[in-house]
Amino acid sequence: MTETTWFDTLIQVLIIVAQSLALLVGLLIIVAYVLLADRKIWAAVQLRRGPNVVGPFGLFQSFADLIKFVLKEPVIPDGANKGVFLLAPFVTCLLALAAWAVVPIDAGWVVADINVGVLYIFAISSLGVYGTIMAGWASNSKYPFLSALRAAAQMVSYEVSIGFVIVTVLLCAGSLNLSAIVEAQNTSWGILGWYWLPLFPMFVIFFISALAETNRPPFDLGEAESELVAGFMVEYGSTPYMMFMLGEYVAIMTMCALTAILFMGGWLPPVPIAPFTWVPGIVWFLLKVLLVFFMFAMVKAMVPRYRYDQLMRLGWKVFLPISLAMVVIVASVLHFTGLAAAGG
Amino acid sequence: MSSLLQDYLPVVIFIGVSAFIGLALLVAPFLVAFGRPDPEKMSAYECGFNAFDDARMKFDVRFYLVAILFIIFDLEVAFLFPWAITFGELGNFGFWSMMVFLAVLTIGFVYEWKKGALEWD
Repeated sequence: MTETTWFDTLIQVLIIVAQSLALLVGLLIIVAYVLLADRKIWAAVQLRRGPNVVGPFGLFQSFADLIKFVLKEPVIPDGANKGVFLLAPFVTCLLALAAWAVVPIDAGWVVADINVGVLYIFAISSLGVYGTIMAGWASNSKYPFLSALRAAAQMVSYEVSIGFVIVTVLLCAGSLNLSAIVEAQNTSWGILGWYWLPLFPMFVIFFISALAETNRPPFDLGEAESELVAGFMVEYGSTPYMMFMLGEYVAIMTMCALTAILFMGGWLPPVPIAPFTWVPGIVWFLLKVLLVFFMFAMVKAMVPRYRYDQLMRLGWKVFLPISLAMVVIVASVLHFTGLAAAGG
Repeated sequence: MSSLLQDYLPVVIFIGVSAFIGLALLVAPFLVAFGRPDPEKMSAYECGFNAFDDARMKFDVRFYLVAILFIIFDLEVAFLFPWAITFGELGNFGFWSMMVFLAVLTIGFVYEWKKGALEWD
């Protein structure tokens, strides 16, 4: 009897490994093209062409970059704390990827269907700040050090408002499981039943906080090249540098996916009638994620960079009070209208 | 207990696979890339001169203050999560006790705002 159970466990583990590999490889390929899309959109806004040499329309640019990074000499500065110096990009990359374990890409298509999915992503993205701090401290160089301080303070500031925004969604959905949150938006109203409409202010705050949380322009104060050269990545080259970029873009994809799941109905079709329901859920999910990413890219191309004091004021004096008030308002509305169904 | 742990097995395996990918990327250039170190290349970046002293210098206390404030509010968010999940079952008592808690927190927030803990100039 024990033999079969061991065998069953092995099969189960192998299936999970295969699922994880499939999700990660798919994610990394999508990130490669999202990186290209980001550069292309940025170029188009500035009436440039963007990368267009490697492959048709530059479609293989990201893969050429990968080969270039791998063939570059890895430089570790003499003054650096070598272990931590190399650990920092690894931590950034690992944590960014690890968040995807609980993201449902279609009904039931999730590697780990744990019942505290939102809390897990919240925790993992909080840990992301360690990669930045370690890089800035271990480099033993002034620009990375200043940048790491700034980036860390910025990331934790916006973490708070993201937390409050998530609480309002949880009040409506009544579950921490990401699949259950999507199912809670599954009404006959289609796109009008998703949480972006009733929680519209929170949707906006979440989007802007996600920009700040992932150090995206206009909040890229951590790597403001006009003052800090390249921020905490100054001393990095070769694949360690690439892993920071990879981690950043994977974190952006996580935030896009989270926006799609919390506010835009995840894999649900926008109109719940025949031709739309035939399309597989993963296509809708991908379209929504890419739509949010397109907004990320357009913001990067069009909005000038914030000043640091403006950034902190926005986080602590605007977003925090508004989101705190919205938690109270949403809870009151649900409580006094009796909309809060028992058990969600 | 075993079923609870079984839910988290995929998470551990997923992190393991991600760690493998990350490690492979990190190690690759040390194996394939051609390296030729020299003292200038290995020195810390500075605008055209050698670094004067250690880069780990004193920094503004406000960064520390932000970290402290973050802990308070982040803990509070973590405290709100279970309340939000069971909101429908808590009824009047659960609703009002959390409102009182949020009111106390808001008083603290107003105090730190008035004290200028949130000023950056």
